[in-house]
Amino acid sequence: MAARKSSQSHSGGLELLFSNQRKHKVSIPSTSDATTGQPSNVAFLIKWLCDNLMRDPRKEMFVLDDTARPGILVLINDADWELEGEEKYELQAGDEVVFVSTLHGG
Amino acid sequence: MNGFSGTDHQVHNLKQQIAATETQLHSLKLQLQQAEQQAEAARHLSEAYQGGFPAEWMDETLVALQQDVTRDIAQKVRQEGGFEGAPSVRDAAQPRRWPLEKHEYKRYGRQLIMPEVGLHGQLRLKNARVLIVGVGGLGCPAAAYLAGAGVGTLGLMDGDTVEESNLHRQIAHSTARVDMNKTQSAMEYLQSLNPHVNYNRHEFHLTPQKAIQIFEQYDLVLDCTDHPTSRYLISDACILTGKTLVSASALKTEGQLIVLNNPPRPPGDALGGPCYRCIFPKPPPAESVLSCGEGGILGPVVGVMGVLQALEAIKVLTARAQRPANGGDWSTNGATSEAAPKATLLMFSTYNTPQFRSVRLRSRRADCAACSAQSTISRQSLTSGSLDYVAFCGATAPINLLPPASRVTATDFSRLPRDGSNVLIDVRDETQYAICALRGSVNVPWTGSADTWLERALASGLSFGGGRQHFVMCRFGNDSQLAAKAVMERTQTPVAVKDVKGGFKSWRDEVDPSWPDY
Ligand SMILES: [Zn+2]
Repeated sequence: MAARKSSQSHSGGLELLFSNQRKHKVSIPSTSDATTGQPSNVAFLIKWLCDNLMRDPRKEMFVLDDTARPGILVLINDADWELEGEEKYELQAGDEVVFVSTLHGG
Repeated sequence: MNGFSGTDHQVHNLKQQIAATETQLHSLKLQLQQAEQQAEAARHLSEAYQGGFPAEWMDETLVALQQDVTRDIAQKVRQEGGFEGAPSVRDAAQPRRWPLEKHEYKRYGRQLIMPEVGLHGQLRLKNARVLIVGVGGLGCPAAAYLAGAGVGTLGLMDGDTVEESNLHRQIAHSTARVDMNKTQSAMEYLQSLNPHVNYNRHEFHLTPQKAIQIFEQYDLVLDCTDHPTSRYLISDACILTGKTLVSASALKTEGQLIVLNNPPRPPGDALGGPCYRCIFPKPPPAESVLSCGEGGILGPVVGVMGVLQALEAIKVLTARAQRPANGGDWSTNGATSEAAPKATLLMFSTYNTPQFRSVRLRSRRADCAACSAQSTISRQSLTSGSLDYVAFCGATAPINLLPPASRVTATDFSRLPRDGSNVLIDVRDETQYAICALRGSVNVPWTGSADTWLERALASGLSFGGGRQHFVMCRFGNDSQLAAKAVMERTQTPVAVKDVKGGFKSWRDEVDPSWPDY
């Protein structure tokens, strides 16, 4: 099964949940379900990140109800994922997915 | 003879009268000619400056000169009705010849000569009323640049007083004005920067009850506050009053900027820009929200974001008004005429390359609680106070996790023997521990998770055994309770562990006044 490359960067303090590293280049399976051949989408990526990349046990700071928690913007190639089909967006090789936590200080 | 001489005298008199009248007539004709020339000159003067504007700006410029125009018209009416002579040179000079004051050309000259501003842009700034909510790290630089640019009216809203810890970033305040209300302090700074601006002070925190009434007095709002509750409230009030919102935030080394409700349209109009709720329909969990006091902030980071807010405000205010082809409402340049406008998020990150990054966000949400046709948030729900923004965003209650027996006061802790029978675990992060720490304490920063923290504690040599009493301490006394609880619940054998109430804040208040108050 071919692996797909996709990089995530975390901003707004989220990097603290991912070993304090802002950018990660990761290869994820090209299909999320071997039997159906369902291509990997962003929902799968979020779960994959939780299971494979997140060292911090506070999953609730990243995920709520199996999706990015409120206050986190998900950007696919510099666009709000809501413009790209949200969780259902099927990842392409080289896609850049950014998770941004909103800031409130002033 | 007498009869003849009497007639001759009459003839002579009449000749004299005719000559005098002719002289007078000539003089009157001359006066008329002069008056006509003067009237013509006055008209030319007036046309000279009006003629300098493209036709589409004319109306707007005339509005700025409305007082003069009204006076000119009144004068014309009086002349035509025969109540008043033609204008003298003095009269002609009275209507203002130039739309800006003499000093304004000097003061604003450097931006005036920019094609993006120009005379029309400067007049728009002069006619604009901008409200700045929050006069802190964002509000101070934003207010400074907007006052400098000649915004006609600046509203400043803040209920806080200036603290010494504000001064590294809140540039409108000063050491001498510590303890003064922030709007008062900022106004003193701004007055000396530009005394020609009208400053309105709103010396309190924004509440839903007051929001509508205050926002209606302004054309544009800047959100320079520091909490989600105020961010949702400001956005809702901007939708309800039809104001564009320039919103920014900053924490630690990063900042974010977004212009919302641009162009401003009523709820349900898809041609309006999205609101804060469109982008963030649900508030973040309260425990994920960090303030600058808790998380820290670099001065220039929040400064950059406040300056960018002023810049976006100037862009919105100076944008040329356009009437769409379909004859609908006026809108400004920011919007493409037919497509639903999307928002853009600008992110700044000190240690990223590149430092700035701009991403495309969505347009208005069809089911938005504030700006859609199905909106549930109304003027009434704000003014009546029925909308509870604090409850919506969730409040972090003061932590009180431990039974009284598991807590000691800083005073009691200070009286304990220092013979090695007691272990102090300091759970602040490494940076704070390096600023000040109690001798002999062990630093195990709280990680937010009981398991990983215990792992770290054990790794740093703590055994939680040997009959020794353990004390946990942090900055304010919250994390220390979480850590003490972790020890109590997750170690095999019962461990003697207590939390020092109120952390190092209480230590300073009760025991050591010299302890750094950072
Ligand atoms: Zn909305």
